[in-house]
Amino acid sequence: MQTISLAKAVELIPDGASLMLGGFMGVGTPELVVDELVRQRKRDLTVIANDTAFPGVGIGKLVDARLVKKAIVSHIGTNPETQRQMIAGELQVDLVPQGTLIERIRAGGFGLGGILTPTGVGTVVAEGKRTIEVEGKAFLLEIALKADFALVQAFLADTTGNLAYALTARNFNPVIAMAGGTVIVEAEHIVPTGVIAPDHVMTPATLVDYLIANA
Amino acid sequence: MTAMDAQTIIAKRIAQELRTGMLVNLGIGIPTLVANHLPPGVNVYFQSENGLIGTGPVPEPGMAQARLTDAGGKAVSALPGACTFDSAMSFGLIRGGHVAMTVLGGLQVDQQGLLANWMIPGKMVPGMGGAMDLVTGAKRVVVAMQHSAKGKSKVVQRCNLPLTSVRPVDLVVTELAVIAFPGGRATLMETAPGVSVQQVIEATEAELVVPSSVPSMQL
Repeated sequence: MQTISLAKAVELIPDGASLMLGGFMGVGTPELVVDELVRQRKRDLTVIANDTAFPGVGIGKLVDARLVKKAIVSHIGTNPETQRQMIAGELQVDLVPQGTLIERIRAGGFGLGGILTPTGVGTVVAEGKRTIEVEGKAFLLEIALKADFALVQAFLADTTGNLAYALTARNFNPVIAMAGGTVIVEAEHIVPTGVIAPDHVMTPATLVDYLIANA
Repeated sequence: MTAMDAQTIIAKRIAQELRTGMLVNLGIGIPTLVANHLPPGVNVYFQSENGLIGTGPVPEPGMAQARLTDAGGKAVSALPGACTFDSAMSFGLIRGGHVAMTVLGGLQVDQQGLLANWMIPGKMVPGMGGAMDLVTGAKRVVVAMQHSAKGKSKVVQRCNLPLTSVRPVDLVVTELAVIAFPGGRATLMETAPGVSVQQVIEATEAELVVPSSVPSMQL
């Protein structure tokens, strides 16, 4: 783990990169990183996340600034701007059932090729996918997802890089920390090593490439 | 009947399906109202699929915690005994059959119990969020919806909107009726107070099995 400034962390991300972001309706999204992506005008991004939040909030800011080329998400119902750009053909949106999305990310980070899920069997979600029968039950083969970068928001990071999350801000964060090629962490509080007890570490420091230093 | 009356009938009737100890997931809209009508003495655990078991009421003014929200992103409280977890765990609970009951809104339910509730092609494409996983994985699926929309029955012969799952739902509760699907056939189980069997049949596009005696909802 290395510490890095916010600006330098975002400079690592090229135009066209694929990004996994934590957050559920903006809760648990690394808001400073998002603001810096907008400031540095990183373009043609592929965003993999639960949702695009609301206009002006979290990932919604990337959509507002028209920096997203493709979004792989479970829900865009709270963001009319995402829907507008999708209908106008400016933004490709792949809608994935939420449980399938998080498992595809988990598979990516856990060294699996994909997962077999009953969710979506017999629906439009199954189109173009293999249906596999296991012991008489039908499952869809859903392939693993990885990304160039995982942009993680943690409640606590110790100076070694161990992470802990708070309440419902955890959501996708510990899972994407496994599936990003480069893992960048924005923490609400940087605390001395040892403050997070070993049993309470949710993401081990060895997964963290960069911890954004306090400004 | 006003819209508010209809919602209260639906929420109150569904609340009677809850049993102490159940893990329950409520969708947004009418399903959320079910929590306001828990029968006395019944204690259930509500799950928010963003990673919480033990979801409590909206916090008192000034007591909201920015990192404690429901699946709609709104501030909630956590009851004693609550716990939080990541999204993989949350959907493991849902898909794995650990959620005793889910209550979801509906656009259409057909006479075999198949539900469409996540998109209207060309008009409304919000995404399925967690709905497909919930209908596929919850032990019991209850649909809370108004019987008709714009004068058209939402209980149809066959869904023409994209399905949420090929797993049939267990119960549909509207402001007019309770419908279940024994043997894969829509069956009128109860009528709302002051509503006749004939009124339900007339308001329903689906072919309904009508038992010789249909009780009234006890609200």
